[in-house]
Parts: sequence; structure tokens; C-alpha cells
Amino acid sequence: MNEFLAMGGYAAFIWASYAAAALGLAALGVSSWRAMRSLERQADAARAERRAERGRA
Amino acid sequence: MFAAFATGLYYALVASPIDYLQRDTVRIMYVHVPAAWMALGSYTTIAIASLVSIVWRHPLADVCAKAAAPIGAVFTAVCLVTGSLWGKPTWGTWWQWDARMTSVLVLLFIYLGYMALWSAFDDRQRAARAAAILALVGAINLPIIKFSVDWWNTLHQPASVFRSGGPTIHPDMLTPLLIMALAYMLFFVTTLLMRMRAELASQRLEIAAERRAMALEGVQ
Repeated sequence: MNEFLAMGGYAAFIWASYAAAALGLAALGVSSWRAMRSLERQADAARAERRAERGRA
Repeated sequence: MFAAFATGLYYALVASPIDYLQRDTVRIMYVHVPAAWMALGSYTTIAIASLVSIVWRHPLADVCAKAAAPIGAVFTAVCLVTGSLWGKPTWGTWWQWDARMTSVLVLLFIYLGYMALWSAFDDRQRAARAAAILALVGAINLPIIKFSVDWWNTLHQPASVFRSGGPTIHPDMLTPLLIMALAYMLFFVTTLLMRMRAELASQRLEIAAERRAMALEGVQ
């Protein structure tokens, strides 16, 4: 296990590369998903509100 | 997508052999090269969508182009960072102003400029038009990046997968590379669709706000 983590002496470079790639993609993926969820909820709420207003009129 | 990443990472970190010159640092290739391919792939998506937007005025084309830009920028940044982390132990330098590295850095700036242009206009139509023109002009950089290693005497090595005469890379390394490339591609498609849905929802919100403003005016 330690041998695997040491990566033949290049651990710092290799794990930093994998961490950079993982962090970059994960941050973008999570923020895109959150933005989609929040905006779609707001848009659906606005539509429901409009329908309710029309119903009252 | 998650299954492809899991399989790809297992092959990249455990099952694939070390390189006789690069030793273990060759494993950086499995996160670097797919990032570079997808940096170009994302830009190609934007360029094609921009062309469709200008020629056929399809409204989804602008949504697609706008949604792809941040993903391409992240791929480009990942490509530059991991390339630098590979260059230090292998070449002895973090950075070199050679044609390949410089042209990829230019690509990152084009992405950032493209995103800034989108947010510089209040009017969506005008923003879309200006962004589409910038995207098509910036597409000149794509062949420059691809062929930079052939046209100039670069420190960066030439292509070993997409070259005439077939790949020169051993299957034991080609397999994990292609699995990781598939994972990156699935990530791109998934994130692109999420961002497009977010953009469409924000357009619906904008229209709802306009209608409400008009209704209020009508009451008065």
C-alpha cells in the first residue's frame, strides 16, 4: 500500500495532478447541478404563481 | 460516467505499467491527455453551435454554446496544471513558452474572454451574436494547437494516438487512456445538459419577470 502511494518517488506530482483534475471537474459538476436545481425550482414556482393568479382573475 | 471514471482510474493508477523513461509519472498522462482532447472538443462544440446560431438562428444553439464554455475552460485549466506537474519531474521545468503550451494558454484566455463577452450585454440576442462571432474567430486556434507540435520545434512531444499510421502507444497504456477519455466525454455531456437546463430555466424566469412587470403596468 505504501509502495502504491509513493508512486516510485513521484507521489507529490502524480497525486497533485489527480487531485487537480478531480477538484476541477467535481467543483464544476456540483455547481452546475446546484444551479440547475435552484433555477428550475424558481422557474416552476413562478409558473405556478402565474397560474394561481390567472385562476383568481 | 462514474463507472467509466472508476474503471479508468483503476487501470491508470494500478493496472497499467510504468514507462521505462518516465517511470510512474506516465500516469499523469491519463488525466492530462483526455483534458487536452476535451478542451479542444468543448471548443469545437462551441464553434459548431455558433455556426448553427449564425446560419439557422436556432435558439438552442446559443444555449449550447454558452453552456459549453465553462466546461471547456475547466478542461483547459486541468490540462495546463497537470501538464506543468508532469513537466517538472520529466523536463525539469514547470513551464516553457513553446508553441503547444502557449497556444493552449491562448485557448484558456479565449474561453475566459468568450464567457466575459456573454455577461457584458444586457440583451441576450446581442450577446449571443457577439459571442458567436468571437467563437468562430477563435476557432483558428484549434488547428494551431493540434499541429503546433509538427509546425514548430516544440519541447512538447508530437501526437502518439491520433496520427497517420496509427497509434504508437502500447495497448497497455492506450486502453486506460481511452477509458479515461470516455469518462471525460461523458462528464462533458452530463454537465453540458445540466448547464443547458439551467440556462433555459433562467430564460423562463426572465420571461416570467417581464410578464409580471407588464401586468403591473396594466393594473395601473
